[in-house]
Amino acid sequence: MHPADFSPTISRKDEFWAGVKAIFPLVVGAAPFGIIFGALATTAGLTKWAAQGMSLFVFAGSAQFIAAGLIAQGSSLLVIVVTTLVVNLRHMLYAATLAPHTKNLSQRWLLPLGFWLTDESFVVVIKRYLQPDESPHKHWFYLGSAVFMYTNWQLCTYIGIIAGGLIDDPLKWGLDFAMIVTFIGMLVPMVKDKSTGSAVLAAGVSAFLMRNLPNKLGLIFSALIGLGVGMLAYYWFKNQKENDDVAES
Amino acid sequence: MSPKAEILLILGMALVTFSTRYPVLVYLSRRQLPKAFRQALGFVPPVVLVAIIVPEVLAPGGQVQFSLSNSALAASLVSIFISWRTKNLLLTIVVGMTAYWLWRGFGI
Repeated sequence: MHPADFSPTISRKDEFWAGVKAIFPLVVGAAPFGIIFGALATTAGLTKWAAQGMSLFVFAGSAQFIAAGLIAQGSSLLVIVVTTLVVNLRHMLYAATLAPHTKNLSQRWLLPLGFWLTDESFVVVIKRYLQPDESPHKHWFYLGSAVFMYTNWQLCTYIGIIAGGLIDDPLKWGLDFAMIVTFIGMLVPMVKDKSTGSAVLAAGVSAFLMRNLPNKLGLIFSALIGLGVGMLAYYWFKNQKENDDVAES
Repeated sequence: MSPKAEILLILGMALVTFSTRYPVLVYLSRRQLPKAFRQALGFVPPVVLVAIIVPEVLAPGGQVQFSLSNSALAASLVSIFISWRTKNLLLTIVVGMTAYWLWRGFGI
């Protein structure tokens, strides 16, 4: 037995439940989106099995929302999958940040913990890892928060699928617009600096101009243009700031 | 969507999503992503979102409508304002949808 097992640290079970507790507010916040996803996915043309299957196997809220929107617009599978990849690239940032803390875990741990990595679990788990105590069981905290998040997402998707089936014609109620409003509410707080603003402006204008390209290809091209403009703006404003700093000193 | 297409879609989405999570967790344990790459990744969510929103709002159903009689446009402007002032996602959705329904209901 490892000597650490005898030290007076928090037990595995306590870490697990601390993880559940820590992610609770974020689980509550995600619940409406799981429900809306379930309702919209079936409206968009997925069967209820596929809607639940997507939550079970993909487990990525914003990508699932976007996929539902693209399905409703008749996009090709390839465009949906590529868009999913692009939207989920941010997980790489989270994984890269967590990796130094999880490097000693076995594959048996890394596989499920990797699969369950979300915005929400990242936020609470990195906080736990950065706490100064040297508990050897911090991955149990990760497990607790991830399992709770996952279970809730499945449940809410299911509720949404049932609820969506009760509304006769969701499009009549403008539920398709619910997705757009959700995206606006996600987007606006992201625009925090000039380079992000430039990226968003460029991508928005491009998307409008390329709206009639087949298979929603305009989406991917516009995202790439926005990315390029954002990077240019980032270096432009950075240089400008450095020049100003030199001028002041 | 055919059952086969649905299965392919879920498989494809599951595969690419998993590829952004697990492999990085394994291989980056001792390395850092280059700074420029991290910066670029940060732009991804906003540019994808805006590229989805803009055509839907300015050209609902494929018809360009640059006027306030376009209820999607009017409600979007309201939503942007609420989100900018409060940064509260649920509030933005509730107010935005209410604005959308009112606008359509009044048929302005």
